[in-house]
Amino acid sequence: MILKNSSNQNTLVVVQLTGGNDFMNTVVPYADGLYKDFRPVVGIPNERILPIDDYLGFNSDVRPIKDLYDLGQAAIIQGVGYPNSSRSHFRSMDIWHTCEPDIVATEGWLGKTVRILDPSTDNPLTAISFGRGLPRALSAQEVMVTSVGDLDTYGLMSGIEAKEQRIQALDLFKRIYTPALGSGMVQDYLARTGVDVIRGAELLKKAPQMYKSTVEYGDNSIASSLRDVARVHLAGLGTRIFYTQHGGYDTHANEVPTHPKLLTDLSTAIGDFFQDLNDHNADQNVALLVFTEFGRRVKDNNSGTDHGAGGGAFVIGPRVNGGLFAEYPSLDPSEHDNGDLKHTYDFRGLYSTLLERWMGIDPTEIVGGTYEQLELFK
Amino acid sequence: MVVTRIDKKIVSHLYRRAGFGITEDEIDDFKDKSYEDLVEDLLSPEKQPEFAEDIPRRYHLELNFSDTHAGLQSYWIYRMINTTRPLEEKMALFWHHIFATSIGKSEHTPSAVFQINTFRSNGLSKMRDILLDLAKDPAMLFWLDNSENHKGEPNENWGRELLELFSMGVGNYTENDIKEASRAFTGWTFVQPLPLDPYARYDSEFLYVDDDHDPGEKTFLGQTGKWNGQDIIEIVARQPATAKFISRHLYNFFVADEPQVPAWDIVPPNNPEAIRKMVKIYMDTDGNIKEILRFIFNSDFFKKSKFKKIKSPVELVTGIIKINGTHRFPGPDFNTLSTIVANMGQAVLTPPTVEGWHTGKEWIDAGTLNERVNFAVDSFGEKEISSMGFEGPASIPDGVKIIVQKIRDENKLDPEDLLDRCLELLGYIEITDETRKELISDINRDGPLYFSTDLDSRSSKDRIVKILQAIVSTIEFQFG
Repeated sequence: MILKNSSNQNTLVVVQLTGGNDFMNTVVPYADGLYKDFRPVVGIPNERILPIDDYLGFNSDVRPIKDLYDLGQAAIIQGVGYPNSSRSHFRSMDIWHTCEPDIVATEGWLGKTVRILDPSTDNPLTAISFGRGLPRALSAQEVMVTSVGDLDTYGLMSGIEAKEQRIQALDLFKRIYTPALGSGMVQDYLARTGVDVIRGAELLKKAPQMYKSTVEYGDNSIASSLRDVARVHLAGLGTRIFYTQHGGYDTHANEVPTHPKLLTDLSTAIGDFFQDLNDHNADQNVALLVFTEFGRRVKDNNSGTDHGAGGGAFVIGPRVNGGLFAEYPSLDPSEHDNGDLKHTYDFRGLYSTLLERWMGIDPTEIVGGTYEQLELFK
Repeated sequence: MVVTRIDKKIVSHLYRRAGFGITEDEIDDFKDKSYEDLVEDLLSPEKQPEFAEDIPRRYHLELNFSDTHAGLQSYWIYRMINTTRPLEEKMALFWHHIFATSIGKSEHTPSAVFQINTFRSNGLSKMRDILLDLAKDPAMLFWLDNSENHKGEPNENWGRELLELFSMGVGNYTENDIKEASRAFTGWTFVQPLPLDPYARYDSEFLYVDDDHDPGEKTFLGQTGKWNGQDIIEIVARQPATAKFISRHLYNFFVADEPQVPAWDIVPPNNPEAIRKMVKIYMDTDGNIKEILRFIFNSDFFKKSKFKKIKSPVELVTGIIKINGTHRFPGPDFNTLSTIVANMGQAVLTPPTVEGWHTGKEWIDAGTLNERVNFAVDSFGEKEISSMGFEGPASIPDGVKIIVQKIRDENKLDPEDLLDRCLELLGYIEITDETRKELISDINRDGPLYFSTDLDSRSSKDRIVKILQAIVSTIEFQFG
């Protein structure tokens, strides 16, 4: 249900860190003696800490996020998770996607959100996922979500090089994919989907053409995904939800060389993204959520860290109420959840906050109940 | 055209369902075999030569090492395309759909290889044997946490899914049956495998730990005894509910799309009579899967089910590649196979959950339809990759060259004949009158085909490619 008094056009950008980001090495309890004890190999030394207070600090690899934090535009949601955290990647990711910890559900929280935002699928671009494959977070019955592998080549018949021939092929496709009464439910669904692909692609085509920017994004997957988000957002196509994924966070081994590159790519891309939107005066209605399926084990394994429980999330944007939210989980072994940080805050509260206070939607049905919300927005 | 006794339409249908597609030349090679003979050949994979597994391994050394998910996924698709035992491979895929195990949890590739090999070897046997092998399968034991199922501290993950997803289906047992089944499987675990790094490629194996087994009495589905795991499977395999559940799966996979599995306890089968007969065969033959399949493939309802199923991504991709003649050799483009199916929503060996993939209409969304159509269209056009997988000058794939040559030799140049012949050579595709009208209007607009000069031949080849590309982008082509 769209809440009354909400005619907002706010946009949510989701960045999924796949594999389980090591939150303890992202926002570090550097002054906690236990941190050094538990992390003899992968621990971040003090000279690489950008202090937040006399207990916590950012890993210097996420300096661009620290810069946004200093501007009061980045919220850190500490200890986010859920009860009886699953240590399995997909199960845990599934729970984050569907808000269903006890059953395997098929509909995702953002898919349900799209159904409310655009009940008659008027705009095939209400939600767009960049990257390969549609995450379950975005799937829901009778909901149209556009899934773009590569914005520059997205669209049907993109492999036919001769322009004339491509136009003819598309024209024929349109004639064939005409929903016809009595052709059968599945055929009709296919025809409608075919029409949606064409509509979506025709609209999206404008985005790269219209885009001009002085920001130079990095040459890595998350940078190009966020650049694609910027290009589409700036084209003003009515997209309310953007979804991107950044993989490789499953740092069981070799965390010391691999994790810094991930965090640097991620935070630089986020910094560039907001700079780009700000340059175009188009950042005021954008909030960006960074989440991951779980944190990692408190104690390192001499090379990396294994799957853990409680993790952390960021919400970033010019209208975000920057600061620390919820509590950093205790490192004291007596407070652990089977050797992992306990969650101190339920992710469904975070979703509820984003849905109600940012997207203007009643979150109760989507997240399956009422959860404590945060003062995340100004 | 070679005159054969068999109806090529129905043989194409049989090979799309019981295999991964077939070319007209392959059908012609059957010479005077009858449809029933072909069914028997499919049902007896052991009479065909084994797949030459060493060839892809020789060219892709990474397959011999540890941690190559993409390589392994590509290997499976490659094997489906090149198998000499289509039904054996199709059954492995069938059981993978039902006993959906993801390599992403264990990240232990040798166990995933072992599991699929088990499905290859037992896929046509009896349900009891299939379930017992599954219960002892290391990848499954880890995937559903039976290694954490201890005497006094049961973990019910395997016990629950065995009943809910692998045999009987919701509504045919109680929560207490799950608890008792789980107790019976305590002590069923696996030998911790050697670490993968650097070159270990050894699978794990089943381990029964008697000390960790709960030997007490259990009451399961109304029967009381000191049951162990195999007793539970014995009981489960004899249940009419299991017969019905597996029959419905076979119908959904081989005949026509059914509603999604979670709806089965509420929504009746689309063809109750067919399911009733399959259940009877199951009960009469002690759960013999091969007997049920023999019945299905020879039945009228099967023969009438042409193009009643949305092709799964794997079926779409392998079916196209069978026709276009690429990937017959494990060349440099070998590893693209995993990405192609993954982009369409079916990354083999990594199903989204233990529920497996939702099938039928749910394969299709805007993103996957875009991928399906573009892949199909690109597969019939010029590529700068040869059919052997090497980079080179642009040319059409080998299978398309054969189609062009046949049309030229047979002189099928009249628009209606030309379209019909293209439909046949793509697998005896059937299209609606509306689609035919649109295709014919395009063919007419482009004028007649000639092969009299080289220039004419080239342009006629391009025209045929264009027609093939138009056909594979239709709604009808999404069905198989």
